[in-house]
Amino acid sequence: MKVDHVSKNFPVLTGNGADTGDSFCVFQNVKFDVYEGEYISMVGHSGCGKSTLLNIMAGFDQPSSGGIVVDGKEVTEPGLDRMVVFQSFALMPWLTCFDNVRVAVRSANPEWTKQQINEHTQKYIDTMGLTGSEKKRPALLSGGMRQRVGIARAFCVNPKVLLLDEPFAQIDALTRGVIQDELMSMWQKTNATVFMVTHDVDEAILLSDRIALMSNGPEAELAEIIDVDIPRPRTRQQMIESPEYTRVRNHILKFLISHQKQSPISTERSTPSAGEPANSSVDEAPQEVSV
Amino acid sequence: MKSVYYKYKLGPKLMSLGLLLLLLFVWHVSTTVGAFDSKGKTADQIMLMEMNGEIIPDPANEGEYINNPEKSATFPGPVKVWEKIYDEFSNPFHRKGTNDHGIGWLILYTLAVFAIGYVAASLVGVMLGVFIGLSRTLFEVLNPFLQVLKPISPVAWMPLLLYTVQDGKSVAVLVVFLASLWPTVANTAFGVSNIRQDYLRVSRLLQFGWFRRFFTVILPGAAPAIVSGLRISFVSALVAIVPAEMLLGELGVGYNIWMEWNNLDIAGVIFAVLVFGAMGFILDSLLDRFAKGVSFVE
Repeated sequence: MKVDHVSKNFPVLTGNGADTGDSFCVFQNVKFDVYEGEYISMVGHSGCGKSTLLNIMAGFDQPSSGGIVVDGKEVTEPGLDRMVVFQSFALMPWLTCFDNVRVAVRSANPEWTKQQINEHTQKYIDTMGLTGSEKKRPALLSGGMRQRVGIARAFCVNPKVLLLDEPFAQIDALTRGVIQDELMSMWQKTNATVFMVTHDVDEAILLSDRIALMSNGPEAELAEIIDVDIPRPRTRQQMIESPEYTRVRNHILKFLISHQKQSPISTERSTPSAGEPANSSVDEAPQEVSV
Repeated sequence: MKSVYYKYKLGPKLMSLGLLLLLLFVWHVSTTVGAFDSKGKTADQIMLMEMNGEIIPDPANEGEYINNPEKSATFPGPVKVWEKIYDEFSNPFHRKGTNDHGIGWLILYTLAVFAIGYVAASLVGVMLGVFIGLSRTLFEVLNPFLQVLKPISPVAWMPLLLYTVQDGKSVAVLVVFLASLWPTVANTAFGVSNIRQDYLRVSRLLQFGWFRRFFTVILPGAAPAIVSGLRISFVSALVAIVPAEMLLGELGVGYNIWMEWNNLDIAGVIFAVLVFGAMGFILDSLLDRFAKGVSFVE
């Protein structure tokens, strides 16, 4: 996957929603390659456009200039080759857990029989440890269980690229570790390429092969990409003891802190814009970088 | 456990029942015909009142008079209304000529008119609402029309409907249709345009076709709003059907209210009004079950 000089502008709106004609550049000229089968994360302060970039990769949003190329084809709309795991889970509350996964299996494999679809769905439900909760509605499950359904739904269609939009942000810290491990083992069984947006530096180091750092918005740019050279399979214990971990972590933290100093309150987005639809409040909710 | 049950379930029910009995008692007392007081009236006046039938000789006391219960112009009490209810329901499906149908027929007739108009309006309203909710352009185009049409009382259309359609039954159905159309359209459009962005993104991600998107995401996602629209429509249709039937004079419970008024049978009017209340109550509880079936928790 290639991210080629992508920029995103949002129109600047007045208080009552009228377009002023000006535009507001969130990030510009972001360019990097994502290698097949790698796990790459993006870290940056709120407002640097990480989630917007992910939405452009998913095809939900269009870039103002530049483009995303997956397997030699430019991304113009969402597709089953690029599955998204949402921060807000995005499970349909009127469907059971099983059906939430099943609709994805069915869409990806329209020629399958009902039995094949159900078996395949059950396999992913079981792998994510959801056995017994198949008939429950998402509202009855904890955040962790819901995101397991979200991950099962993303993996079950065997996508080329997985886009994770702060997937663990709404899960309590203890469950988060368990699900991170589950995600890792799931990912290692497939050959999917993963792009993850996160605020959590440890999470990024634990899971990623490379970490991309974004400078602050507006007009954010890709500052650098650092390699995480910790052998896999990784365990938390092993990771903490590794000198590579300390090096990468310090590097990222220094980067984030220096950018915090440089950027006073002006980086805050003053106007919610039309380009960003209803759930922008979820994406851009004030978040701390957890270290 | 027991006390909680009493406090929240049984207690309020008993209090409702108590209030009902109290109201019936007040109604009864205030409508009871008092004894005739002959004080201050001359023998001529009394004779005139007897000839008019206002008073009759008291069967218990020779030479005394009581108010004529048949002729009294006072408001009918609960006993009289109960007698009317009993009388009507003891033979609900009789039919003596065009103007004398049993209450069973009248209820069935009104229910049929209501059901056809309401179901048709719900189907059309939901479809229209979905299209309007999905397309900003269509919303902008149709919104002025909706805003003008919405406040018009459905009964106001009756002369035009009678002139064009001419058939009384169809006019009643159309009035119900018009009464229940707009709230459903407005609420469905609102519900569809406010479906959470996440759900629509998932449906785009999973490459749903129009048909699957409609039945898997849009309809269930907007269901709570659609149902609240259907409920408003329901009440509005029930409100509109009474004057429509009164004016049309075809058949039905609304027509019955006016019929009883023409007969100066006030107990009959009260009875017909109560039948309406009971019908509304039963239909509403059915709708309530339906609503519980399609609602979801985020």
